[in-house]
Amino acid sequence: MSVTRRHILLLLPAAAVAWKHVLAGTPEVSPNYKLSEHWWSMLIDLPKCIGCGNCVRACQTENDVPDGYFRTWVERYHVTDYDIENPHVDSPDGAKEGFPPSKEKGGKNFFVPKMCNHCADSPCTQVCPVGATFIAPDGVVLVDKKYCLGCRYCVQACPYGCRFINPQTMTAEKCTLCYHRITKGLTTACCEACPTGARQLADLKNPNDPIHEFLKTHNVQVLKPYMATHAKLFYNDLDGSVR
Amino acid sequence: MPGVEGFMYPNEVELQWSVLIVLYPFLTGLVAGAFILASLERVFQVEAVKPTYRLALLTALSFLLVAPLPLQLHLGHPERSYEMYLTPHKTSAMAMFGFVYLWYLMAVLVFEIWLDYRRDIVVLSQSTTGWKRLIYRVMTLGSSNISEHALHVDERVGWVITLIGIPSAFLLHGYVGFIFGSIKANPWWSTPLMPVVFIFSAMVSGIAAVMLLYMLATWLRKQTIDMRCVDTIASYLLYTFIIDFSLEMLDLIHRIYESDESFRSLDFMVHTKLYMSHIVVQIIFGTVTPIALLFLTQVLRLGEMARKRIYALAGCLTLIGIFAMRWNVVIGGQLFSKSFLGYTTYKMSLITREGLLVAIVLTILPLGILWVLVKLLPPWPEKKSGVLAGAAPAH
Repeated sequence: MSVTRRHILLLLPAAAVAWKHVLAGTPEVSPNYKLSEHWWSMLIDLPKCIGCGNCVRACQTENDVPDGYFRTWVERYHVTDYDIENPHVDSPDGAKEGFPPSKEKGGKNFFVPKMCNHCADSPCTQVCPVGATFIAPDGVVLVDKKYCLGCRYCVQACPYGCRFINPQTMTAEKCTLCYHRITKGLTTACCEACPTGARQLADLKNPNDPIHEFLKTHNVQVLKPYMATHAKLFYNDLDGSVR
Repeated sequence: MPGVEGFMYPNEVELQWSVLIVLYPFLTGLVAGAFILASLERVFQVEAVKPTYRLALLTALSFLLVAPLPLQLHLGHPERSYEMYLTPHKTSAMAMFGFVYLWYLMAVLVFEIWLDYRRDIVVLSQSTTGWKRLIYRVMTLGSSNISEHALHVDERVGWVITLIGIPSAFLLHGYVGFIFGSIKANPWWSTPLMPVVFIFSAMVSGIAAVMLLYMLATWLRKQTIDMRCVDTIASYLLYTFIIDFSLEMLDLIHRIYESDESFRSLDFMVHTKLYMSHIVVQIIFGTVTPIALLFLTQVLRLGEMARKRIYALAGCLTLIGIFAMRWNVVIGGQLFSKSFLGYTTYKMSLITREGLLVAIVLTILPLGILWVLVKLLPPWPEKKSGVLAGAAPAH
């Protein structure tokens, strides 16, 4: 069969669509980094968090996060003895400057750092109409800024409130687990800045990672387990009132 | 933080979907409703509503042409929206929008209108002059055969298209409901009833809109309103409204009885921030009142003028009520925190890309398009035997 101009004209749109699929959802990684050898997660050791806000500031600086939006933030919980299901929570400016002294009397106070849970079954990835949000083979949920329409469906779908629309790029944004750092063998900015080691980057595919021992010996939970998102942000000693 | 009560996750303070996303289901609802009303005449042979058949189709087309505009204006990158056609993400409910829209626009609505008007278009392309002649000649798409056999084929094909069109109309609007109903993170939206409620509320709004437009157009043209037609449409409106209201009440009662973890937060919202738009505008003025008014016309022997006035009032209240329903779904679903610990406020801007002014223009625009379509393709029965002698519709 001879290839005519008609055949080529018919094939061109199909090739364009195929090429688009190839381009979409390919994370940029360092040359020596092997995606299939990692499965990233993070451990948050709640009793160690002092609410200093170092992690929030480090994240904002490292990732150029616009004011008023947060890739990570810290919440302060105050739970009283007589109403444990309805805590009083505050997070002034995401705790960028830490917290003022608590005015609450009685009960207990504790801090809860929050960020993208890098869910293995992430609702944000599911709803993206063009696949601009995707789960990389190493388990990190990423957004392709050059591809995102800015429809905000993913922001609605995230049960944890971790996404926002960057007012400069008008695309969806969230924690990338400092992908530009971890693919070079570094840890995340928030982990590095944490003075107490409350945040620990963990690689579940690395048999030598201390996360395995920690998960075996501690009471570790994820946020909103009923959402069945298979979140990979593990909280040690998580209080039942946290949502 | 101003406008915030209690605790919101910091990224939740700003609402993501604005009044334009309220307009989107409102407009597509009118499309689906108007089309379903038109289909009654075509498929179920309801002779009484025949005077509104063509008007209903043109109304559906006018609103459908505007329906994607609020979405387009809302996108952060509207220039990338074509990506939904090139690389649709198969797990996304929203990815199907472009395909469902195009299918409904081209394969159903435009095709059915063209088939129904083909004879008129051919006659007009021969009887008019100047630019109008040119427009009609283009609209014939090169087919000027209006022989008896050709018209018979048109009618058969048109009937099949209508038959395909009914589930398509359900798909178009049920799908819009699914976009909201499938978000498990949001308890105000997440219910399998959402697509069903959207379909019935769409039928309610579409039927009310066509009834009002028919009465208004007839009055403007100084013609007599066909009361048999309006009475029948009003009775359909009442029955559909009762089903719609029952479904919404079922959802409400279910939520109250179950009282799950989100209930306290949502209940507080309905009694405070949503009280006016939900309880007062949607339920009392926009649902119970029109149902009661329409019910009165069924049980009392009212004069023609009284019925007309009641239908006009009930129709207007219905449209306001359905708009309020869309508002309460879209805006209400974003006013509370997913932590169930706080509430934010929707601040509607006036002259921005997603502001009130744009919303008003987008609401009026379909009426402008309808006016042009009606001038171009008169849907009035008397035009068929008058100006367009021998150009009666194919069926």
